[in-house]
Order: sequence, then C-alpha cells, then structure tokens
Amino acid sequence: MQVSEERVINIADMNKWYGQFHVLKDINLTVNRGERIVICGPSGSGKSTLIRCINRLEEHQQGSINVDGIELNNDLKNIDAIRREVGMVFQHFNLFPHLTVLENCTLAPIWVKKMPKKEAEEVAMKYLERVRIPEQADKFPGQLSGGQQQRVAIARSLCMNPKIMLFDEPTSALDPEMIKEVLDVMIELAREGMTMICVTHEMGFAKTVANRVIFMDGGQIIEENEPEEFFNNPQSERTQLFLSQILNH
Amino acid sequence: MATTDQYSGGGIVNAGDLPDKPAPIRTDGAIAWMRDNLFDGVSNTLFSLVAFALVLYVLPPALGWLIFNANWSGGAEACRINPDAACWPFVGARWEQFLYGFYEKSERWRLNIILAVLALGIAWLVWEKAPARKFAALFMLSVFPVFAFIMMYGNETLGLPIVDTPQWGGFTLTLVIALSGIVASMPLGILLALGRRSKMPVVSLLSTVFIEFWRGIPLVAVLFMATIMFPLFLPAGVTFDQLLRAVIGVSLFASAYMAEVVRGGLQAIPKGQYEGAMALGLPYPKMMRLIILPQALKIVIPGIVNTFIGLFKDTTLVLIIALFDLLGIVQASIADPNWSIKSVPYTGYVFVAISFWICCYGMARYSRYLEAKLHTGHER
Ligand SMILES: Nc1ncnc2c1ncn2[C@@H]1O[C@H](COP(=O)(O)OP(=O)(O)OP(=O)(O)O)[C@@H](O)[C@H]1O
Ligand SMILES: [Mg+2]
Repeated sequence: MQVSEERVINIADMNKWYGQFHVLKDINLTVNRGERIVICGPSGSGKSTLIRCINRLEEHQQGSINVDGIELNNDLKNIDAIRREVGMVFQHFNLFPHLTVLENCTLAPIWVKKMPKKEAEEVAMKYLERVRIPEQADKFPGQLSGGQQQRVAIARSLCMNPKIMLFDEPTSALDPEMIKEVLDVMIELAREGMTMICVTHEMGFAKTVANRVIFMDGGQIIEENEPEEFFNNPQSERTQLFLSQILNH
Repeated sequence: MATTDQYSGGGIVNAGDLPDKPAPIRTDGAIAWMRDNLFDGVSNTLFSLVAFALVLYVLPPALGWLIFNANWSGGAEACRINPDAACWPFVGARWEQFLYGFYEKSERWRLNIILAVLALGIAWLVWEKAPARKFAALFMLSVFPVFAFIMMYGNETLGLPIVDTPQWGGFTLTLVIALSGIVASMPLGILLALGRRSKMPVVSLLSTVFIEFWRGIPLVAVLFMATIMFPLFLPAGVTFDQLLRAVIGVSLFASAYMAEVVRGGLQAIPKGQYEGAMALGLPYPKMMRLIILPQALKIVIPGIVNTFIGLFKDTTLVLIIALFDLLGIVQASIADPNWSIKSVPYTGYVFVAISFWICCYGMARYSRYLEAKLHTGHER
C-alpha cells in the first residue's frame, strides 16, 4: 500500500458553526495521495460534518479546504470540480430507488461526464463485478439486501473514477452478517491504493488498512496517530475512555 | 415420508427439505365467498343487507329510466307520448352540435382531423409497447398544439377559412380549455413548487404569493375578472380573445393547485436523495430533473390526476362567461321549444354527466395503472 508525498487534501484552521453552535473547531488535517484515514469518536462529535465539508455538502465558515489543488469556496465551478474527484458513501446508501442498479451507476457518468451510454454501462458493469454483484444490475435498489445496496453505492461512486473516497459510517446501518461483505470491498479498494477517509467504528478495519486514526470529540481533533500506537497506547484521557467503551462492549 | 424429525442427543435435526404444499384454498364457490366476505359477523351482515336493499331500491328504476323504458327512436313525438323515461332521440338529433358547437358546418372536417390526431396521439402515449414514445410526447406537446390551433382557427394563406373563437363550442371547446389547462398547469405548477421551496427569499416569496392568490379566489370570480375587469386595464382598441382569457385564467388557477400537490411530493423526498445526487456532482437542474422530480411526481400521481379531473370538470364554469362548452351547449339546446318535453332536460344533463364521467374515469384508471407500473419494490 503505497502512500505518496503528494498532498491531496489540505484543511487548515477550519471552523464551522450551525447557527450559534460551534460544531468544528480549528480543524487541521492533511491527507496524502493513497492514504487511508479512519475517523472515530463519540456520537455528535462532528465526524460526519467534517467529511461532508470536504465535498461541500456542508459549508465551512472559516479557514480553508483545498482538495487536489482546488480551493473550496463559493465558486460553483470549484464545487462541481471537487465533487467530480471525490466520491462519497453514506450510512443509508442513498441509492436512487426509481432507477435500476445499472442506471444508478451510469447516471453520473452520462450526465456529468457526458460519457456515451454504452461506455458508461461497460464501466458500471466493471465496478459491479468488482463489488461482486453484476447479476443484480437490472434490479431496483428496493429489491436488494442492505449489504448489496451499500456495495452498489460504492460501485456507483467508483464509476465516476474518483481520486478520493469518503465513507460516512458505511456499515452502521447493516445487519452484522452483511458488514463483512462491505468491509471486504473497502479493504480491496484500500489495497488498490485509493485515498480514503472513513468514519467508522469498525476497529478491525482501522487496524487492517488505516495509515492514521483520528479521534474527534466535541468538534475537535483530539488525537491522531498510527493505528498500532492509537489502539495500544492512546495518549489522551478522552481517547482512552472512548476506546474502553467501544472495545469492551 | 421424506421429513421425519430425527432425534440425536438432546437436539432436533430436520432430516430433509419439506415438500412444497399448495396454498390452502379458503374459498370453494360463491356461497363460501359470500359467507366469508359479506355475512361474517353481525355488523357485516347488517351492512350487506342494507346495501342490497339500497341497490334493489335504486337500480331497477334507474335502469328502466335510462335503458329499458327509454325512448330510443321516433323523434320528439315518441318522447312526448312517453315522457317518464330518457329521450335519447334528443341527443341523437343534436349530437353534432354537442360535439362541435356552432362551428361552421362545412369546416367541421377540420375538427374531425384534430380529434383523430388527438386520439391517435393519446393512444400512442398510453400504449406501452408503441415505438418512439418519447417522440410522441414531444410531438403532442409541441407540434400538436400549433397544428390544432391552425386547423381550428384557420389560416388564409393555407386556404383554411377563419372560424373565430366565439363559434367554437361543445365538447371540442371543453377539450380545448381542459387540455390547455392541463398542459400549461403541469410545468407551471412544478416551477411554482420549486420556487416556493427555493432558498432564495425573493423567489420563494413571489411563488408563495402567486399560489395563495390563485388558491384563495373562486374560479368563477377568476373567470368574471378575466372577462369584465381585465379589459379595463387594456388600452382602448386593444382586444384580447375571450376564450384565451378564460384559458389563461383556468391554467393559472389550476397551476396553483398543481404547485401545492407537487410541493407535497417534494417534501416526501428524503434529504439523502439530494445528498446522493450532489455528491455525484449533479448540478441542481439535473438533480431535480433526473432524481428528485421523477420520485416526487410519482408519489403524487393520485393528487396530480385529482387536480386534472377537477380542472376538467371546472371547465363547465365557462358557461357563465358566455362560452358554450359541452354543458353550456346542452343547456342551450334544452330550451328549444320543439323539444319542450319533461324528460329532455334530464336526458341532456344525464348525457353531460355520462360524457364527463367517461373522461374522468379514464384518467383515474390510467393513474392507477401508472402507479402500479412505476412501483419499484420497497422504498427505504
Ligand atoms: N443541520 C444541522 N443543524 C444544527 N446542528 C446540527 C446539524 N447537523 C448536525 N448538527 C449537530 O452537529 C453536531 C455534530 O454532528 P455530526 O453529524 O457531525 O456528528 P457525528 O460525529 O457524525 O455523530 P454520529 O456518530 O451520531 O453520526 C451534533 O451535535 C449535531 O447535533
Ligand atoms: Mg455521523
């Protein structure tokens, strides 16, 4: 798993508020190409908000976010450009229920990248094979299991050929027996060198693929370390408390 | 037996697969069906009996009046002899007027062509296996209205004598108003609904004011205003076609209702659908067109068709501004002294009711069919 020296995400002194509520405080984070970052922390600590700022599903008010050389500001062109480079997988899949699995996957390539339909379908089938559900291509999302739906969602993102993938608790809406099939796909993706930022509480996954684990609490990054150090030798008290809670339960 | 349970130690192991059995048959014949569905329990039995009594009380006289005792031939004379049943010869004598209004007799072939193209176009759109249905939709929404207008109104250079709008009437006029209203109110309603939900305060305010204005006044008042007040605001000498004013009034009125129906659908779409689309890089217009609206409109098909049906029936109100739609023309014909027979007005109104019911029920059925067709499994 190669990590290059090239920075693809650079977040500097970023702050965000919801009304009066200071949800992200002085966030500084850099991600190199090929790096795999796992973000964890208690509920409400701002993990989702942080990664949603990276593709502008949420707007930050202070500081800067730079993705692959593109500065995130109110320029719609920049936002579109960044969204084309950054794929996102959600907790609740957010597949389009009125379109088939194949159409879910070809929609953005056809309408955003202007790819010819036939080519888009070939690309889509390639990724559906990668996530091991090519046989479901003509079904509707509502006819699939949760694990299958999440794998379709991953394939749908990959069809845009993103440079960075964001995952927001991709397995926490799934039944236990389906978690593995999704994690396997994500591990494979990591092995192929995809730059990934995952919000997850799957500590096994973090140990297997992460270069760095980030612990957030109260809108701040409390601790940031390599997985081994992070789990065996957590520095902050809050991290220790959090780890003891999730590992003992 | 392939499926004996075998005991091994303390547990239970099922030895083989259970064979498929046919589903239990709950009903074996009409008697059993009636027992299960009509007469199970005291209250249900009571309801069934009351319903039967009502049907027996109402149906025979109604059918007698409409069909069995009705006059089917023989003109006004026959009806005068038997005035206590429907007088269908009246409709037979006047059906052309009911259909075409006062449209020039020698030019009525033009309306026939329009009606034929319309019927074909609708069949093309509705029939699922027809080829090039997208093209049909495009044709019916762009070419057909222009074609229909030129055919109907006339065009000297094409050698079609002008037949001005005051001569339009009957069922064709009903169709003109209703279809223009339907075709105009749908896109307008969608735009208004999007506008009302817009994050831009000015757009949202304007849409809201527009919607609430039109929803707050009765259609009759809209039509009166269009006829009487509107010309006061026009400079002297400028005239504005009466029918066009009515059509605009009906369309704006219907679009306000449509907007609220569509807004209901938009509200039912989870935030995740927007986020999924945005994360893929779809810009707002494409997100709306490809992801949000198809789902929102599907949810509110019953409401949309409901609005269409309401609009279709509301077109009858134009008779108060001296336009003779189907109801207007039937009402005018009833007054004919040659047909001053007790049963004629009833027959006329029943004919109008049946005509409207067929159109509206057709729309209702089609909406049910669409709902079933667009159902794509369990939605999250
Ligand atoms: N749209 C919003 N308006 C106001 N407050 C919000 C909004 N979205 C989130 N918040 C608040 O911001 C804080 C951070 O939310 P966020 O969803 O980022 O937490 P999280 O770390 O992802 O939690 P979880 O593990 O439960 O997903 C929470 O306290 C939440 O209540
Ligand atoms: Mg979250």
